Amino acid sequence: MESLVQPLRAYEHWLAQYKRVWRGTIGTSLLNPLLYLAALGVGLGTIVDRSQNAPAGVPYLDFIAPGLLAAAAMQTAAVEASWPVMGAIKWTRTYYAMTATPLTERDVLIGHQLFVITRVLTASAAYLLVVAAFGAVNSWLGLLAVPVAVLIGTAFSMPMAAYAATREGDSSFPPIFRFLIVPMFLFSGTFFPVSQMPLAFELAAYVTPIWHGVELCRQLTLGEAELPAALGHLVYLLAWTLGGFLAARRAYRRRLFR
Amino acid sequence: MSETDGLIRARGLVKRFGDLVAVDGIDLDVRRGEAFGFLGPNGAGKSSTMRMIGCVSPVTAGTLRVLGLDPAADGPEIRARLGVVPQQDTLDTELTVWENVLIYGRYFGLSRRELRPKIDELLEFVQLSERSGDKVEPLSGGMKRRLTIARSLVNDPELLLLDEPTTGLDPQARHVVWDRLFRLKQRGVTLVLTTHYMDEAEQLCDRLVVMDHGRIVAAGSPRELIERYATREVVEVRFEDERPDNGALSGLAARVEELPDRVLIYTSDGDATAAAVSDRGLPPHSTLVRRSSLEDVFLHLTGRTLID
Repeated sequence: MESLVQPLRAYEHWLAQYKRVWRGTIGTSLLNPLLYLAALGVGLGTIVDRSQNAPAGVPYLDFIAPGLLAAAAMQTAAVEASWPVMGAIKWTRTYYAMTATPLTERDVLIGHQLFVITRVLTASAAYLLVVAAFGAVNSWLGLLAVPVAVLIGTAFSMPMAAYAATREGDSSFPPIFRFLIVPMFLFSGTFFPVSQMPLAFELAAYVTPIWHGVELCRQLTLGEAELPAALGHLVYLLAWTLGGFLAARRAYRRRLFR
Repeated sequence: MSETDGLIRARGLVKRFGDLVAVDGIDLDVRRGEAFGFLGPNGAGKSSTMRMIGCVSPVTAGTLRVLGLDPAADGPEIRARLGVVPQQDTLDTELTVWENVLIYGRYFGLSRRELRPKIDELLEFVQLSERSGDKVEPLSGGMKRRLTIARSLVNDPELLLLDEPTTGLDPQARHVVWDRLFRLKQRGVTLVLTTHYMDEAEQLCDRLVVMDHGRIVAAGSPRELIERYATREVVEVRFEDERPDNGALSGLAARVEELPDRVLIYTSDGDATAAAVSDRGLPPHSTLVRRSSLEDVFLHLTGRTLID
């Protein structure tokens, strides 16, 4: 990859904006995992564990905690790369301010994505902290769930930015969340193994980046990483990130330099 | 004109968006230190031309050199030496006035250390020092415009591109902006601006081109254009209820133009012509004798039904 010096200049813009609101987002980043883990991990988990049929043979809390962490990374990244990208093109026109300077579409894109990564990184670290407080991190390998969450984030934020940069209005986003992100959150191995679903749905889940992310995070926090499979998940997430980056760079070029 | 003096040089410059031809083969030479204007109605191709010069819009055909470089190959390098005041402000409304210039300066890779005194100086120049720590959101349109100008100067540009710098501003705010731009010109900054305000073009531009439908239809200094396309004076006549028949005023001058609300008579001697109108037994509701302006040139060149 070429120099990050110029993208970092664009990144400073997003940090300067974030400086005004970061306190609020940290609170949310801690509160969300607390609520989810208490309700689903502890509350629902108590019932599930009683059934003697817990998935993966571990307490339900330990099963869903890494899934929730992965799904939260997906959601944070998807949100940060949709409305803000559209806004920087149509509302605040921030991208146009950037391209009036030596910055290129590549710098604008990477600079914004670095900020998305910052958000996913801090949110995931906070998530892991709460998961650990619930006693659901079973291995030091669990620390690696944070960088994996960042990769999950980029696997979504890059394609999302590519899509957002081709849109004319923000009415394009709710369908994406309703029909893609929310189903992925619910049916990609976060709450139950995908093998419980009919075959067609199970196969569809394997195509989604989030299933690979959930699996990988789970292996890490349970301390049961299987190397070939883990590598496969990593490569798949990287492929979405890279493909998304190329698509987004092209979309940015067409939008900002036409 | 020597090669080095040419800051912008275009030959047969074309910009197409699909089937739409926005710029249809124009030639341009802008020299260092001058104020150059693009005048024309909306959709004439002014902004498209500016975006090509600003290296944010690829040239469809023809050649373009900005600061002696090729925008297709050296876009970032050229942009590093340009200042841009876009048609729509691109300010960070959530940030303060000061932070806006800082962040923009960082895009150019200027260090915070060198930016600090620079920002104070620029805000002083655009008379915004007192609002330095305020958020941009509640500022007036004129203040936002001045902030955009301050921001565009952060890299000490050799060439300042202004796309409709005063559109939407009240008269006082416009005069403040004009005054600042005039000072920049005195300092040797080359100004290139688009406008559809004639007074703006007359006040600021040494030379200008009139664009219409993507082409240059006239070029010269404001004075030259007025001399070439208009007469020395214009008599504007308004009639009470019924206006006289077509032709009743013909023969009074070389050109008579009927607008919906008034009749313009282009003449070398306004007072004599005004007297002649009354002599024909056509007492007007009001008569105004004035020197002809760029507006007359503009209307003549960019279309109105003319009665010669």
